[in-house]
Amino acid sequence: MQLEEARIVQHTEVQGGYRLLVMDAPGIAPQVKPGQFVHLKVPHLGEALLRRPFSIFKAGEGRLSILYKSIGQGTNTMKYLQPGESLDLIGPLGNGFPIPAEDTLPALVAGGYGMAALYLAARTAPVRGLAFFGGRKSDDILCVDEFEALGWEVRIATDDGTRGKKGLVTAVLDEWIGQKGPAVVPEFFACGPNPMLKAVADRAAAGGWKAWVSVDRNMCCGVGACLTCVQKIRTPDGGWTWHRVCREGPVFESREVVWDE
Amino acid sequence: MTNEIDLSVNIGGIRMKTPVMVASGTFGYGPEYADLIDFNQLGAIVVKGICLEGTKGNPTPRTVEVTSGLINAIGLQNPGVEGFVRNYMPFLRQFDVPVIVNIWGKTVEEYEEVAARFDQVEGVAGLEVNVSCPNIKEGRGLFGTNPDMFRRVLSAVRTRTRLTLIPKLAPDLSHIGSFAKAAEECGADALSLINSIPAMAIDVETRRPKLGNVTGGLSGPAIRPIAVKLVWEAAKAVKIPMIGIGGIMNANDALEFMIAGASAVAIGTANFTDPGTAMKVTAGIRSYMERHSLTHIKQVVGTVKT
Repeated sequence: MQLEEARIVQHTEVQGGYRLLVMDAPGIAPQVKPGQFVHLKVPHLGEALLRRPFSIFKAGEGRLSILYKSIGQGTNTMKYLQPGESLDLIGPLGNGFPIPAEDTLPALVAGGYGMAALYLAARTAPVRGLAFFGGRKSDDILCVDEFEALGWEVRIATDDGTRGKKGLVTAVLDEWIGQKGPAVVPEFFACGPNPMLKAVADRAAAGGWKAWVSVDRNMCCGVGACLTCVQKIRTPDGGWTWHRVCREGPVFESREVVWDE
Repeated sequence: MTNEIDLSVNIGGIRMKTPVMVASGTFGYGPEYADLIDFNQLGAIVVKGICLEGTKGNPTPRTVEVTSGLINAIGLQNPGVEGFVRNYMPFLRQFDVPVIVNIWGKTVEEYEEVAARFDQVEGVAGLEVNVSCPNIKEGRGLFGTNPDMFRRVLSAVRTRTRLTLIPKLAPDLSHIGSFAKAAEECGADALSLINSIPAMAIDVETRRPKLGNVTGGLSGPAIRPIAVKLVWEAAKAVKIPMIGIGGIMNANDALEFMIAGASAVAIGTANFTDPGTAMKVTAGIRSYMERHSLTHIKQVVGTVKT
């Protein structure tokens, strides 16, 4: 973890309001593990004080990139950033995804730009598996080509049926689970809205498989000091304790998570 | 000449290299920021509030960003005295920076017990007595805003520790001067002011409060003018030094507090924006003094021309 003034080298719209921001960050980029994030101080944000956390999409050769959509004050201001401008980053933060276990078939499950957090996991996994992408409409399904280029089979669902199957990503997942045969032991890696994570956790629990979920929480300091982004995690005595999503997370083994909030 | 400028201060017996500290609740227990800044350049570290047995704090969401500020309702989640001393004091002792422990309790006896325990702990320079947290009912209602209970808890704590004692005052007092005076009479060595201001935010679409605890405490630049005024008022009532806290983002903000009467300042919410704020504030105070041909920080404190 370090503070770094990163320089923007590319800022382009991917599709449907999703943007790719590529930065020169020679300090942070080489340290990045799949599933980690950066805490970004958005310039020109005026009265809004806090940094914004973003999953790291890609990292390599001294650069890192994030993929975002303008949905609030911070991301609406970010869309005006220009190449050459500096960005104040803290990172890399969080624990990230583990390497898939031997003898399992990795299955990525992403809601919307949750796929951004899974790209590096897809690239570094020793075995190629399946990627399940869900979104509201076709614009929310991103970077399918890039996952396919890495050798992953991508299966898609959209709420309105404009791309892939109509419905939730978990329906496509269920279909695959029903067909895959008993010899295939999946290990899930998921990033997306919390209801989707819980749905993946339920499938994993039913099948006796492992699922790693990247939990989304309102965040403040990003480094573990303020105790804003806490998540209930089970303890061996049957109780629970708070874990900090920014520090002990954002990735948890789904059986540890108490899904009551 | 930079090397002629003396920024050192003595806050109720605690010597600090710079008057710029980091405020309780915004700096964790230290390790969280260790990779990002040099602790030896801080005036002091005030760690997050500790009670006797520890507590899990409030439900989520625990903070919400608002115009020029932040409302928090963490609920003083902490590992308790023993957990803190075991897990964090060995780390904190490595640095050449005073450690001040923010303490709180649910009864006068609990405050006393916590103070007595820390009196025996190597490496603790002082106790900031939290009688003003907006997120636990015992903090404010019982001790922070009731003059009799305020005196009782401070007198009791004073009998149990020789450490520098720094009550942290609530902001919503009709006569902050009388509370400051009462603290001084009970043996306080310095004062911290202000704590966050009771506040609330509502999501108009769902009509639900934005915080799990419903209400919280507002901090950040939004509260700074209120804090400066309270420091100025309290300064007129007491002789003990004061630590000004409330939305300090830069050196000018810090200087406002010091000119109003604070001998030191603490950086709070700004740590979340930029963990290097305290160092930048110290550098800015130094250049202000150069510009005004001042050699000692005392030449700034309490010099407001009214």
